[in-house]
Amino acid sequence: MYQYDQYDQAMVDARVEEFRDQCRRRLEGTLTEDQFKPLRLQNGLYLQLHAYMLRVAIPYGTLSGKQMHALADIADKYDRGYGHFTTRQNIQYNWIKLEDCGDILADLAKVEMHAIQTSGNCIRNISSDQYAGAAADELVDPRPYAELLRQWSSFHPEFAHLPRKFKICVIASEKDRAAMRLHDIGINIVKNAEGTLGVAFYVGGGMGRTPMIAPLIREFVPLDQMVTYSEACLRVYNRHGRRDNKYKARIKILVHEMGAEEYTRQVEEEFAHLLEQDIEPPIAELDRIRSYFQPPEFATGLAEKADRSDPDFALWIDRNCSPHKVPGYVSAAISLKPVGGIPGDASAQQMHLMAELAKDYSFDECRVTHAQNIILPHVEVGRLYELWEKLDEAGLGTANLDQVGDIIACPGLDYCSLANARSIPVSQKISERFAANGKGELLGELKLKISGCINACGHHHAGHIGILGVDRKGVENYQLLLGGSEAEDVSLAKITGPGFNEDGIVDAVETVADLYLERREDGERFLDTYRRLGMDTFKEALYG
Amino acid sequence: MADRNPVDLGTGRDDVQLRFRSDEQAGIAAVTVDSFLDQPDAEAVRIEPGDNALDLLPHLSRLRLVEVNFPAFTDGRGYSSARTLREHGYTGELRAVGDVLVDQLRFMRRCGFDAFAPDAPINEADAAAALERFDHVYQPAADEAVPIWTLRHG
Repeated sequence: MYQYDQYDQAMVDARVEEFRDQCRRRLEGTLTEDQFKPLRLQNGLYLQLHAYMLRVAIPYGTLSGKQMHALADIADKYDRGYGHFTTRQNIQYNWIKLEDCGDILADLAKVEMHAIQTSGNCIRNISSDQYAGAAADELVDPRPYAELLRQWSSFHPEFAHLPRKFKICVIASEKDRAAMRLHDIGINIVKNAEGTLGVAFYVGGGMGRTPMIAPLIREFVPLDQMVTYSEACLRVYNRHGRRDNKYKARIKILVHEMGAEEYTRQVEEEFAHLLEQDIEPPIAELDRIRSYFQPPEFATGLAEKADRSDPDFALWIDRNCSPHKVPGYVSAAISLKPVGGIPGDASAQQMHLMAELAKDYSFDECRVTHAQNIILPHVEVGRLYELWEKLDEAGLGTANLDQVGDIIACPGLDYCSLANARSIPVSQKISERFAANGKGELLGELKLKISGCINACGHHHAGHIGILGVDRKGVENYQLLLGGSEAEDVSLAKITGPGFNEDGIVDAVETVADLYLERREDGERFLDTYRRLGMDTFKEALYG
Repeated sequence: MADRNPVDLGTGRDDVQLRFRSDEQAGIAAVTVDSFLDQPDAEAVRIEPGDNALDLLPHLSRLRLVEVNFPAFTDGRGYSSARTLREHGYTGELRAVGDVLVDQLRFMRRCGFDAFAPDAPINEADAAAALERFDHVYQPAADEAVPIWTLRHG
């Protein structure tokens, strides 16, 4: 994986000093809170309901064991012994003291990590496919392109005060495991008819209050123009994105209001101009970055089948392991969604264990997924059983990847100052219900996503089943949505009708799950059955 | 919230506090973009956030001063305006005016600003520290800084 050189290190070290100085001036009173807020946000520091929250960047979700250990140490030293992995493949800590932040950033810098641009109206952490470098179906490893964009976007002087936050995702396979088209810019590495690698640009997607699927605006940008094209996309957005209403400030609204065609025309014009400015990194830089992402030294002649005599283990393999490009290996998912647990949370102890297991079983590498789980990307099939036993012992062996219990949930009203309703208790009740009644075992792939307000951090628009918490006359109320997908069959979920109270929403989820079990045809997922039957059939079951 | 935008402490709205040019400061008043486009002899213009710097490109040769107004420091359109003008060859004074704060100076310099007329005076020691803190940059902009990726590959 990528390693800092002296330049990368100097940049994060300088940032630590800059932030210490900003904190000093804030505490002295020469910086007002209004002036300080964008500065602290661009260092990932939010003021939440109960305390400061610090969000640490995990570029494209890739971590070494050493870095995972450091994250655990921070949880122990500065927080309450746990952390929360997020839908942007980052980690956040919920109980941080402002006066500790400089030291935390310094601790992070020692392991080549930072909190730069994890919040604020700037280009955020670049996300990617959690199976990058391992997936059997990928064209190339997308991470070198994500890393190049990480560097380009870090401390970008023109784009630090955009109309709104800006999220970029890079993938390199037809299967979309990273919600690419629900990003401000979605980049897909593709090959053209001549077999040359290039970049397809999708611009103007997003969730939030007004969900949009990004349209394709350029089928093929040569690799050595990717940064220049990105810059053109950003500049047109910075110039014309709405500033009068923060709820209409994302690029999706600009592309929608201006029209994808006109937006593209302006981008192409700016792109032509910027090509003359010679802002593209040398192709040698991409080669240098690629050299850090060379495949590890995989063994050959390994067993390709595991002993499945333990049924619990066999289930875990079927649900949590994904095909690897090298025979004898798989990618193994560590579910952070135990029945009744808090989605995405991990204790310091669990993080230390995952770090050890990454080192012992996966070439010292692990990944964070946008669905808030951890992946060990390169595990020998023949060693899966001992790995699973260790995970299971630590409460990390839940076999539910992409199942009804593998819920994405935002922190909700338990932590977040924006939330209208709690997300965590609802997700706990749903996972407990489906574990207790045994139906969870029957449902197969069913992606359930919960947001505690319309900002949609819990991706409810993209859930096969989505739940949106709202405030109805001072009482938490939950709307049910059906039919969303963040994958290559991307679609936006639709609201079924009137909302439910906390217990009612759990019943409603069971009702639509029952309908699916009753009406599904061979091989259909919940989503397929919903698409075939249509909303009315589900409404009928829900509301009679 | 109450301490936002302290009252003017003596630097008038258009008084240049920091300047990074060796030529004489142009003693001319800037007019709005609309007025500038109407007045063929105007030499100074003030760009508001909603103005499009591209409209000025046919007239760069007569421009001696461009002010870019930041009514709120969080409105970043002026950064694109500045860089656009520099990329198209404007070499005269490019002055950031308004809600210009020390923590934004470095990026403003990188986008081509070379004069600053802040609403509230900037602490000059803090400004010097802010401008010197980072030895490197990751990407090219409108300044002379050589990006790290170029340093890596000579």
